[in-house]
Amino acid sequence: MNREDFPLLKEEIIYFDNSATSLKPKCVIDKMVDYYTNYPANAHRGDYDLSYKVDQEYEETRELVKDFIHARFLEEIIFTSGTTESLNMIVTGFFEELLEANDEVLITTSEHASNVLPWFRLANKKGIKVNYIPLDNNYYVTIDNLKKVITPKTKVISIAGITNVIGDIRPIKEICKLAHENNIFVILDGAQMVPHMKVDVEDLDVDFLAFSAHKMCGPTGVGVLYGKKELLEHLEPPILGGGMNESFDSPSEIYLKELPTRLEAGTRNIAGVIGFGETIKYLNKIGMERIHNYETDLRKYLIDKLLPLKHIDIINIESDSGIITFNVANVFSQDVAYYLNKYNVCVRAGNHCAKILKSSVGVNNTVRISLYFYNTYEEIDNLVELLSNYDKIVKEMI
Amino acid sequence: MTNEESRDIIMNNYLEPYHRNMPHDGYEKTNTRNVSCIDNINLYIKWKDDTIEDITFDGEACAISISSTSIMIKNLIGKTSKEALEYIKEFYKMTDGEPFNKDLLKDACCYEEISKQKGRKVCANLPLKGIEKAILEHLK
Ligand SMILES: Cc1ncc(COP(=O)(O)O)c(C=O)c1O
Repeated sequence: MNREDFPLLKEEIIYFDNSATSLKPKCVIDKMVDYYTNYPANAHRGDYDLSYKVDQEYEETRELVKDFIHARFLEEIIFTSGTTESLNMIVTGFFEELLEANDEVLITTSEHASNVLPWFRLANKKGIKVNYIPLDNNYYVTIDNLKKVITPKTKVISIAGITNVIGDIRPIKEICKLAHENNIFVILDGAQMVPHMKVDVEDLDVDFLAFSAHKMCGPTGVGVLYGKKELLEHLEPPILGGGMNESFDSPSEIYLKELPTRLEAGTRNIAGVIGFGETIKYLNKIGMERIHNYETDLRKYLIDKLLPLKHIDIINIESDSGIITFNVANVFSQDVAYYLNKYNVCVRAGNHCAKILKSSVGVNNTVRISLYFYNTYEEIDNLVELLSNYDKIVKEMI
Repeated sequence: MTNEESRDIIMNNYLEPYHRNMPHDGYEKTNTRNVSCIDNINLYIKWKDDTIEDITFDGEACAISISSTSIMIKNLIGKTSKEALEYIKEFYKMTDGEPFNKDLLKDACCYEEISKQKGRKVCANLPLKGIEKAILEHLK
């Protein structure tokens, strides 16, 4: 769908690495060029028209994001540099203060490094315990398995809505319900979920949500930290500086602004945030439901074509997202990627930043195809043709 | 060396690498990996004074890295540290696309064209970087 909106798609290229980052439509690029060209002033600073326009545009993005994820208040939307920064802020700014030694956080072995390492650091620093929700045979999180590992010490569940290796969609709403019945907070890593399906924070009832603009047709260096207002009020700003303070006369007299400004010190990625506003308008126009349904159909089409190929071992046959992970028999994943690259097909090889997945799935490295709405059935046909001839792969992989 | 010959050498060394997963009791271990990709190889070296008496390896990597390791091991066994460093230098010259000593590199000349493939040069160099580090360590 909507291929004509993407300048790069006019080239002979098949882009299947959308979990890493997405392509950018022209309207988003133009919006940022417009800022840099026509009103490149700072935000929240000036008393002149140009600066006023910056404020308007910047804050309009906040409105758009708020509605996009169905948050209750504008103050709940904080602009960060991306999912990684958002998750780090949540762990360091909120939970470091709250958790005590031996408190438990639940994650899974298929989490992205950015949802593992901040917790590991906290474990080293404060003696909290990082425990894992066992995955079932399909590497899914089930409510039954979650129930087995919740203890009176469990304080937080921090998981991806869709994992970047297996692509399973987690039952977040049910998880939140169970968690809240047990006084447990839920952090949703939405990096792979928000770009691909409707995420409604009120309906899901998550306490925190993190996601990145660049994985959803937006600019790099922009992300969102959502938190329930009453929780964000207690999140310690990770950095202090201009824009976020009321006054500071002495160490004992520091007065900070209210949310959301308090958590956005310094000059932000203004062009990026403004471009991100355009991104959301763009996605709204297409419709998140349509995007999700299209990707699910496309994935099914690909799986049906790959299944008969004996030399292809698909790791995640089941799964409702656009992520397909596989290996070619006796060929190292990176060699498969090199082979496909010869035909201008971009795929990812590796462990996809989820290094501890090895322990559950038992493979170190895989090839990953990740789809987005601008991918087509034709592209899938081309890919399948390239993958169907084993001898050709082996012959051309070096 | 023709492209076809290069290919055969690479594939043979990839499919049946020399000294992979062999015993290495009492050998000096060194790990070599790329930041940008997932190649990850352990080299085990047995020294006799200043001479490399044996090398084995294990780990996971792409066809280029594995074959390059295999060829390197064949070519370096029996060399002194100085001779080995000389070999490594010539190998880097080759992968940088500069003139190099073909007689010294022997089979390893199969990577002559790799200087033109940005992504794969690091794969070919990977085992050399590892052994170079180990040799310099040994000389300390
Ligand atoms: C599940 C998941 N979480 C977090 C991240 C980190 O996102 P970013 O690099 O944009 O901060 C990614 C990116 O690959 C991801 O897939």
